[in-house]
Amino acid sequence: MIAELGHIAVIMALLMALLQSVFPLLGAAQGVPVWMAVGRAAGRAQFFFLAVAFACLIGSFVNHDFSVLYVARNSNSALPLYYRISAAWGAHEGSMLLWALIMGVWTVMVTIFSRSLSEEFLARVLGVMGLVSVGILLFILLTSNPFERHFPPPADGNDLNPLLQDIGMTVHPPMLYMGYVGLSVAFSFAIAALLGGSLDSAWARWSRPWTLIAWVFLTFGIVLGSWWAYYELGWGGWWFWDPVENASFMPWLVATALLHSLAVTEKRGAFKAWTVLLAIFAFSLSLLGTFLVRSGVLTSVHAFASDPARGLFILVFLAVVVGGSLLLYAVRAPRVKDHVRYGFVSKENLLLLNNVLLVTAAASILLGTLYPLILDALQLGKISVGSPYFASVFGPLMTPVFLLAGIAPMFAWREADLGKIGRRVRYVFLGSLLLGVVSTAIFWDAKDIKTMAGLGMAFWLAASALLSLWNRVRLRESALQGFKAQSRSIYGMTLAHMGIAVFLTGVVLSDRYSEEKIVRLAPGESSTLGDYTFTFKGVTEVQGPNFIAQQGDFRVQRGDGDVTELRPQKRIYRVQRNTMTEAAIDPGLTRDLYVALGDRMDAGAWSVRVYYKPFIRWIWLGGLLMMTGGLFSAADRRYRLATRQAEVWGESAERKPA
Amino acid sequence: MTPRRRRMIVVGLILIGVSLATFLALTAFQKNLLYFYTPSQVAAGEAPKGYPFRVGGLVVQGSVQRAPDSLTIRFSVTDGASTVPVVYTGILPDLFREGQGIISVGQISAAGVFEASEVLAKHDENYMPPEVADALKQGGQMPADYQGWKK
Repeated sequence: MIAELGHIAVIMALLMALLQSVFPLLGAAQGVPVWMAVGRAAGRAQFFFLAVAFACLIGSFVNHDFSVLYVARNSNSALPLYYRISAAWGAHEGSMLLWALIMGVWTVMVTIFSRSLSEEFLARVLGVMGLVSVGILLFILLTSNPFERHFPPPADGNDLNPLLQDIGMTVHPPMLYMGYVGLSVAFSFAIAALLGGSLDSAWARWSRPWTLIAWVFLTFGIVLGSWWAYYELGWGGWWFWDPVENASFMPWLVATALLHSLAVTEKRGAFKAWTVLLAIFAFSLSLLGTFLVRSGVLTSVHAFASDPARGLFILVFLAVVVGGSLLLYAVRAPRVKDHVRYGFVSKENLLLLNNVLLVTAAASILLGTLYPLILDALQLGKISVGSPYFASVFGPLMTPVFLLAGIAPMFAWREADLGKIGRRVRYVFLGSLLLGVVSTAIFWDAKDIKTMAGLGMAFWLAASALLSLWNRVRLRESALQGFKAQSRSIYGMTLAHMGIAVFLTGVVLSDRYSEEKIVRLAPGESSTLGDYTFTFKGVTEVQGPNFIAQQGDFRVQRGDGDVTELRPQKRIYRVQRNTMTEAAIDPGLTRDLYVALGDRMDAGAWSVRVYYKPFIRWIWLGGLLMMTGGLFSAADRRYRLATRQAEVWGESAERKPA
Repeated sequence: MTPRRRRMIVVGLILIGVSLATFLALTAFQKNLLYFYTPSQVAAGEAPKGYPFRVGGLVVQGSVQRAPDSLTIRFSVTDGASTVPVVYTGILPDLFREGQGIISVGQISAAGVFEASEVLAKHDENYMPPEVADALKQGGQMPADYQGWKK
């Protein structure tokens, strides 16, 4: 009964989405206010029905309704309540419903925080969002209905994939989807602006906070995914250039470019057409990400479900969205003209360079991800692209991005004085490099040029971010006044750029100075890694709610002092008979100690993987800082005051630069 | 400089940058391509020597041998028609077991033994790497009860 209710709710949501797209779009085109007004109500109703549907799905899981196929496949009577709830989005069907629900959340947000928009513009935005919802809901109803029943019901369910029985995997998909789907708002704003022919800085100002929030969620989702892979997969890595990771990283790179390009469009009214194109690309890559992960075309742990019909549907949907919006762009964009003049040495051009580099990086990932698929589809051989490819392309592309991120905020709009900036930053630049060299020589290796360069760059990023903040602050009478006078988006930018510095430090140090040992240990034996001694005390059997585990006991010492006890597990989940390695980690700001059990060998001995990972937490810490920066920027007062300032756009170009 | 000339300089610089990036990307790309070979192709000598590639198939029942005092493991993979001996030192993935489909990355030695640097098995028992499923189909060895390849 509950499942049928959910199914009906999805159908109702589809009808609402149809209303939400057809009437407002026609109304905006014909100038019929009553039709335009339908969008708001239909959007909210659509969200209501999706919420009901999702609640029904969770209800089926909580009640162990194994006659629902999706529940039977992904739950079990021994599965704890918490994971029964998170199992609702643990596999394909439910996660698509989550996608639709999140689309509904964003739709409702747009209907609430849109008082500054004209009725016509809002109608177009909601109409475009409605079209996207229609596509996704049709996909759910036609190919992936989570409420499908099967009779007779099995006595018990197949259990949730053990990899997903984890807090990181509970939060990761909703956050990532908030980011993916959030980019649909920027996309809809762009399409609405193209449809209405109203591409101006007002459009950029409306679009920017939405893009920022979506970007914040996307960043968080990626950070969570990376953290999960680190502690759950038992390989001690934080990024594998796995196609599925790439699928989330490409929209992130383009969204980052979009944020910077929106800044130019908002402040200076330049790059309009390019910004629109980026908004289209960012959302298209989000859809491509969904397609890659959900159609099962990839050989990857994420491809839990695969079905040609689904792949075909998403591919056609993708073609319609990308093709349609690019067609619209081709028709409308030539009319958009940038009348703004700016010099060769200017903030505009530096941000353009940032955009070119980020988009090139995204394109090189796209090449590495799609090329093997295309080759395979054309029957030209089966290849895979090794991760060294991505690493070797990324280094040279990101180095100028990092260098420029430091000075770009100090450049003036229109025409910057290169000599003045040079004089201002030369000591900071040399100081950062020197600090990088000296700290590497003291703490690590005096001959390690790569670390010196990496750390020097991180110091430069942090120092220049602070310097550019200080340059703004000192214009005021006192420092306190100066700090108060800065807008939140200035603090946001400073935090985000500091975040890159922290991230870079983590990447460089954990990459260069991680130590790894794979050893065979019998009880009582020990292994040394750096300053740390790991003593294996033996294995005991532990019972979990739905698994049995072999739990190793390791005593970690540094010199004579005890550091910690680590208890990694080798779990066997009863239902699926899957073995899972559960690593034990002693986290720290400057180093992680990581132990994972391998295989049982003769005479109580085990093969054991031991890692020492310096500064690895800084990678995720940097991501969190970037995210916080995004939140600060999104909370900037000018976005909340947008209503009152709606008439005074002309003045925006003269406002203080960001 | 006229605005037009300036714009041309910007466009020119971007073009140079993009072509440089493309060149870098394609060079790195070429170096890091890993081709997949079936055990039959390896047995027929089609696989490259002195260059890494991937081989996949089912782990032959009863072929797994562990060295008593080290982490070296020997096993064979098959596509039904031919088998390739593999040697690997390290910890095998959780889902590695005899009869399971795996992919391994490495090079073939002069003696015809595949020296694996990486062994991959996927986290789902019904799931078989598509390459392995294809290799088995070609070798006529798809297990009758195996449904995973349909997915």
